Amino acid sequence: MSDQMLTVLVWRGTADKGRYIEYKVRGLENHTVLDVVTYIQRYLEPTLSYRFSCRVGMCGSCAMTVNGKPRWTCRSSVSKVAPGGKLKIAPLRSMKIIKDLSVEMSEFFDKLARAEGRFHPTSNRQNDFNHVKPDSVKRRLASDGIECIGCGICYASCDLVAWKSNYLGPAALNRAWTLVNDVRDGAHRKRLNAVAGDAGCHACHSQQGCVESCPKNLNPTASIAGLKRVTAIAVLKGELD
Amino acid sequence: MNDLDGASNPAIETKLWLAQRISAVILALMVFVHLGTIMYAVRDGLTAAEIIDRVGGHLGWALFYGLFVAALAVHAPIGIRAILAEITALPRKRIDLLCFMAAVLIAYLGYRVVRDFYALGSIA
Amino acid sequence: MSARHRNYTNYLAFLVHRISGILLALFLPVHFHVLQLALHDARAFDSFAAWAERPMVKFAEGILIVLLAGHLTGGLRLLAIEFLPWHNWQKSIVAITFGCSFAMGLVYLLNVS
Repeated sequence: MSDQMLTVLVWRGTADKGRYIEYKVRGLENHTVLDVVTYIQRYLEPTLSYRFSCRVGMCGSCAMTVNGKPRWTCRSSVSKVAPGGKLKIAPLRSMKIIKDLSVEMSEFFDKLARAEGRFHPTSNRQNDFNHVKPDSVKRRLASDGIECIGCGICYASCDLVAWKSNYLGPAALNRAWTLVNDVRDGAHRKRLNAVAGDAGCHACHSQQGCVESCPKNLNPTASIAGLKRVTAIAVLKGELD
Repeated sequence: MNDLDGASNPAIETKLWLAQRISAVILALMVFVHLGTIMYAVRDGLTAAEIIDRVGGHLGWALFYGLFVAALAVHAPIGIRAILAEITALPRKRIDLLCFMAAVLIAYLGYRVVRDFYALGSIA
Repeated sequence: MSARHRNYTNYLAFLVHRISGILLALFLPVHFHVLQLALHDARAFDSFAAWAERPMVKFAEGILIVLLAGHLTGGLRLLAIEFLPWHNWQKSIVAITFGCSFAMGLVYLLNVS
């Protein structure tokens, strides 16, 4: 499909006041969706707002809704996601639109903090190193979820996030699960209290939209299931408030 | 949908989740038996006499269906509660009350049937 | 925005579980009421049973069986996801649950006809 004319619909404006504007872009074989958006901004629509940084799938800032699905645009090649040459690009779902394709992500990051997604150290430089065996069960469980880049794609694909505005969401809960399995962390009980309940892991219905869409192939549903189990044990021990 | 009226209580929500899963395991076994019974019972058509003959006054069936009703009264209202909280704008307290009433209703109607079937034993 | 992010099998399984759950919960009081009829008003029950002989009603009952079997197998699938360590077979288990449920409905319809 080299040198195909692409028909690109791009969301312009805010959630209350906005619409799709059509652009024609000459697509090349190796174009990514981000390349197309960048082309539009540079040559057709200088006022178009969007967010990107690394362009190589590390930073997690270029996520958009592409033809109805949340994707990392820098690693989504046009030939794969839009073989017919038609692109419809919108901001991520469940986040407030600032302008055009840029969304307000502070709620998303606040929820990482609310889920106690922060490491609470139990030792300092005076202490000996912690010894965590690479093949220990907990280290492996943590490793399974650790590669999250915070792009918000799972969050945008989750119906529960859309239905319950206080639901912490897959990314925050996945992050919490990696710390639950971090033997060096000292805020176990506090974190379990933060993630239990119907705004936390127990709201999840295992729809697995997050698993389906995660560009890093992580499995937040499995992480959330892990949290459900450890919080259930905690509540039986009387460790939840 | 209702973030403001009453923050959720982690311990209570976790217990409800656990109660629903435990009742689910019980129900899974019982529904399996129930489906088998249905397939068996409908072969020659279902009549009141046939059901009463099979179940009436039988302690084993009474205990089976008694536990069945109890598990249902736990399982169904917790599920409905989650759905109502997700897709309606009803206040949480209203939803909790509705679901508690549903639990009582299911338990009462079910218990009445089980009791009356078992009571037939003393008549027959 | 379109609903293409919901276009995958596990989402379908979620919908089936939710809808079957709601319908089964609504069916419960009716079920108990009819059983109460069987006990106290055998004639009313038998006339109900005669009414239920119609093909359409039998078909509706078959659907109820599928709903029950679907909620059962779908529930087992959820329990597997929540309580067992993750394996990739959990992604494809949906097909098995749907298959079992429809087989149950079919067995029922064959038994009553």
